Amino acid sequence: MDDILLLEAIERYLSGDMDAAERTYFETLRKNTPEIDQMVVEHSMFLHQMDIYSVHRNLKQSLQATHAKLLERGEVNEGGELTTKGRVIQLWNKYKRVTAIAASVGGIIALVISGLAIYFSPVVNGSQIEQLSKAIEVIKKNQQYQGTLINEVKSKIPENAKLISGGSGFLIDPKGYIITNAHVLKGSGAVVVNSKGQEFNATIANIDLEKDLAILKINDQDYEPLKSLPYSIRRANTDLGEQIFTLGYPRNDIVYGEGYLSARTGYNSDSLTYQVQISANPGNSGGPVFNNNGEVIGVLSTRQAQAEGVTFAVKSKNIFRMVDELSNSDTSLEKIKLPTHSTLKGVERKLQITRLEDCVFYVKAYRK
Amino acid sequence: MKADTTEQALLKGLANNDSKAIETIYKDNFSMVQAFILHNNGSYDDAKDIFQEAMIALYEKAQSESFVLTCQIKTYVYSICRRLWLKRLQQLGRYSNQIDSLDETVPVEEDLEIHEKRNAEFAIMDRAMNSLGEPCKSLLEGYYLKKMGMQELAIEFGYTNADNAKNQKYKCLMRLKKLFFSQYNIGD
Repeated sequence: MDDILLLEAIERYLSGDMDAAERTYFETLRKNTPEIDQMVVEHSMFLHQMDIYSVHRNLKQSLQATHAKLLERGEVNEGGELTTKGRVIQLWNKYKRVTAIAASVGGIIALVISGLAIYFSPVVNGSQIEQLSKAIEVIKKNQQYQGTLINEVKSKIPENAKLISGGSGFLIDPKGYIITNAHVLKGSGAVVVNSKGQEFNATIANIDLEKDLAILKINDQDYEPLKSLPYSIRRANTDLGEQIFTLGYPRNDIVYGEGYLSARTGYNSDSLTYQVQISANPGNSGGPVFNNNGEVIGVLSTRQAQAEGVTFAVKSKNIFRMVDELSNSDTSLEKIKLPTHSTLKGVERKLQITRLEDCVFYVKAYRK
Repeated sequence: MKADTTEQALLKGLANNDSKAIETIYKDNFSMVQAFILHNNGSYDDAKDIFQEAMIALYEKAQSESFVLTCQIKTYVYSICRRLWLKRLQQLGRYSNQIDSLDETVPVEEDLEIHEKRNAEFAIMDRAMNSLGEPCKSLLEGYYLKKMGMQELAIEFGYTNADNAKNQKYKCLMRLKKLFFSQYNIGD
């Protein structure tokens, strides 16, 4: 009975039900009696355990209730098979991180592969190879520029014609036969301009898209044929490392450039062309590639888009083939006589250029 | 990753025994745990047990003063369940080493230790309560768990007055304490 009274007192003390006087009395008692003090501590702890127990039991009950409720509503499943939808969502939640990584890795690989595929694909006209003919806007601008500078020269381009592209070309016969790239001649007609800015009407005598070469014939009364050409055209192949130079019209003025022969074949081992290390720009297409002796060894045609200075030139022996084809197919034409002797051997480069300048033309193609 | 405000609100709700919060957390996470347990040698009942235990652990965590949840509820619950289930499998000798470890987990060992201590205490109390016999058990439950008044209890249990009921309650309480502490001290 005493124990019960004591327990009651402790409980009242712990729950704060005692009044001040009783409390002071109890505290003194507690202080003086270690057994009672121990009982208070023990009971306080026990009540705390009871509280936790109570809370946990309630929580367990409400969790059970929640489970039953959700089960009833079908928001959780139990027994039978999990629904496919649930499973898919589960799998998705589970693996979405991995999936995302896999997807991005896949994407990157796809991009790399397609990039490589484009890079190594043999399509010559693709973006890897740029033809060095000029876009129309550039020429239009140049034409205006020329118009303001050289007023005395009246344009030979028909007034309503639209310029399509431009490039370079050079004489292979002083009578007025000019060789250029086939891709330069995109329109229906062409004019050629010499280094002094004089324009001459020209017609296409022969065109070979495969070799990317074309022969133009100047049909113009203003044209005064040269006595002879200072350079020759080389029939044999040229060796690696041969020093070369070129003249062309990447802009309105004639531009000189030099480099060396870097490979016996061109883009993708194309045996029709050489690879040359030379700085070339749109407008250089069709320009001659000379060696130090003043022999034409090729015709500049394309360059590799991503690599600086990697340019390709059609081998000069193809010019012979072109001329042969032309004279075989059209016997009515006067015979083209290719220059066989270079007078530039051992001549200083500046002098070489002075004598070559007159033979290199700016080719403008237009469409009526 | 800091738990966002919705999650914080949910945890606060859980700590206050808000049934809506409990329901939301339950609904959002149960299927994930169920799938995990079912794919790893468990049954539907196992899933329910493990998940509810994780909920209690989360509740304890939410209640503690130093409470900081540094990850999403989902990650935390999953981590707890994963540990609990691995342990359970080991105890049952059904250890499966094929448990997939692709999901993000957070270290929960410390929390689980606290949780397990609480669990043991709960089990002791539960055993003690259940071995009291009636009407002691119901009387104590009525007073300490359901927080009923003495008068109310006296009427419900048919005591002639509140004092008698109170007397009886203290007798029961003393028995319960004895039962509890005999176990508790051993367990400690």
